[in-house]
Amino acid sequence: MSGWFEHLDAGKWAEIGTATLDTLLMLGGSLPLTILIGLPLGICLFLTGPRGLHAKPALYGVLALLVNLLRSVPFIILMIVLIPVTLAAMGTSLGVRGAILPLVIGAAPFYARLVETALREVDRGVIEASLAMGARTRQIVWRVLLPEARPGLIAGATVTTVALIGFTAMGGAIGSGGLGDLAYRDGYLRSHTDVAVVTVVLLLVLVQALQMVGDRLVARFTRR
Amino acid sequence: MIEFQQIEKRYRTAAGDVVALHPLDLAIPAGQVFGIIGQSGAGKSTLLRLINGLERPSSGRVLVDGTDVAALDGAGLRGLRQRIGMIFQHFNLFSARTVAGNIAFPLELAALPAARIRARVDELLERVGLTAQRDKYPAQLSGGQKQRVGIARALATEPGLLLCDEATSALDPQTTASVLDLLSGINRDLGLSIVLITHEMDVIRRICDAVAVLDQGRLVETGPVTEVFLHPRHPTTRRFVAEADHDETGEATRVRYSDIRGRILRLTFLGESTFRPVLGRVARDTGIDFTILSGRIEHIRETPYGQLTVALQGGNADAAQAAFADAGVHVEEIRA
Repeated sequence: MSGWFEHLDAGKWAEIGTATLDTLLMLGGSLPLTILIGLPLGICLFLTGPRGLHAKPALYGVLALLVNLLRSVPFIILMIVLIPVTLAAMGTSLGVRGAILPLVIGAAPFYARLVETALREVDRGVIEASLAMGARTRQIVWRVLLPEARPGLIAGATVTTVALIGFTAMGGAIGSGGLGDLAYRDGYLRSHTDVAVVTVVLLLVLVQALQMVGDRLVARFTRR
Repeated sequence: MIEFQQIEKRYRTAAGDVVALHPLDLAIPAGQVFGIIGQSGAGKSTLLRLINGLERPSSGRVLVDGTDVAALDGAGLRGLRQRIGMIFQHFNLFSARTVAGNIAFPLELAALPAARIRARVDELLERVGLTAQRDKYPAQLSGGQKQRVGIARALATEPGLLLCDEATSALDPQTTASVLDLLSGINRDLGLSIVLITHEMDVIRRICDAVAVLDQGRLVETGPVTEVFLHPRHPTTRRFVAEADHDETGEATRVRYSDIRGRILRLTFLGESTFRPVLGRVARDTGIDFTILSGRIEHIRETPYGQLTVALQGGNADAAQAAFADAGVHVEEIRA
């Protein structure tokens, strides 16, 4: 038994605490930006897409290609490729600061697709009714599409947040810190299973908590 | 006043062009309840959507109060749409907004101050009898209540014209009747013109003043409902009327008539003549005996009418037929 918790001394717990905080900081820094970029991008995809209010096949083709490209690159490769960009933009490619940009660029296209899907779920009849009342596109987006799709948009944000937690865990490869990084360095490279278990449990608690909050919000805004 | 001038609509599909509407002319006068009836796919939905520019014609013009709809720019079209209300078969209410929020929507678009929106919403809620439901969400309402919200929302900006897209097709007969009464009352009280599309002749009979019959993208018959309903000319119209009557004028009925002796006439009474004792007087004056084979007395909108199928025996049948016509009764000879 003694072998199980031998690495979990006070210093290690402090390290776990820091790693947890780093993970939360990375999430807190990247999620708002991911939504800020992903939401408008998803709206653009929806509006310019086939049968959209402003169908523009060429523009849609370019946007869809960009989104698919970013989504098909494995996140670990994306992070490495983006190191020079991150250095230029943030001054460092390390730590929480260095992780935000790749996280946003990795997750925003993902969220954009979920936004597009959620908007497609909005009843076409409702959009037609808005048009028949003389609404302009901006009014339809703000007053009809976003409120009607709110449960789907929140569910998408929840899925995106969980994906972001997965992304932060890969941050260890470029030295961004966080729980995943700790699990990789201590748990895998140094075979300190006890540390790995603790970090995984913490990540699990985080994911569960986020999912629960997301589901509650979805239920609260569902009027069907 | 709405005028369709040589309006035509084609859709381009992978399998080639599909004609939704063959070139047609139609004028819809203001102030009326005008019905457009046709089977699904007859083009009535397209015709309706040409009026508020939700569809664009392939050729021809649609004039609404003299304005060419297709010639309007974005702002012009939005302005026109704010002056035309529309209600839908599946209601198309905003599920994330309350009843009051739904009705307020077009007023918010028009950027009215909140106090005026509130006052107008209250007024409309009362008009459609939903004051107690103001803070409910559409999912909590019955079909009839949903359509009442749709109507209130469509009337919010005080439009001069209301378009109804199969507004009662998703409702049960009793609810249909109450929604039609509401529409008829609105037309009468507010002088609002209504154009509705339906596949049910009964809807036309209950509230329309005039009707156009569409069949496979062609306008086959149009006129006052009293005329078209009682004396349908086109086979499609006859089929719709027969459906509304639940009356099979097919082979079975004709065979039954063969057992009956004498001349068979269909007598149509319209308006006041419906309640005059014409039948008995003509029988006394011309010495005929009559048997009533079938009959009904109903209303077309507010106009009463009666239609009787009678067999005449003995007496002077020709004189009787002439006497009916003199009394203002429309006479059709079904069998000499």
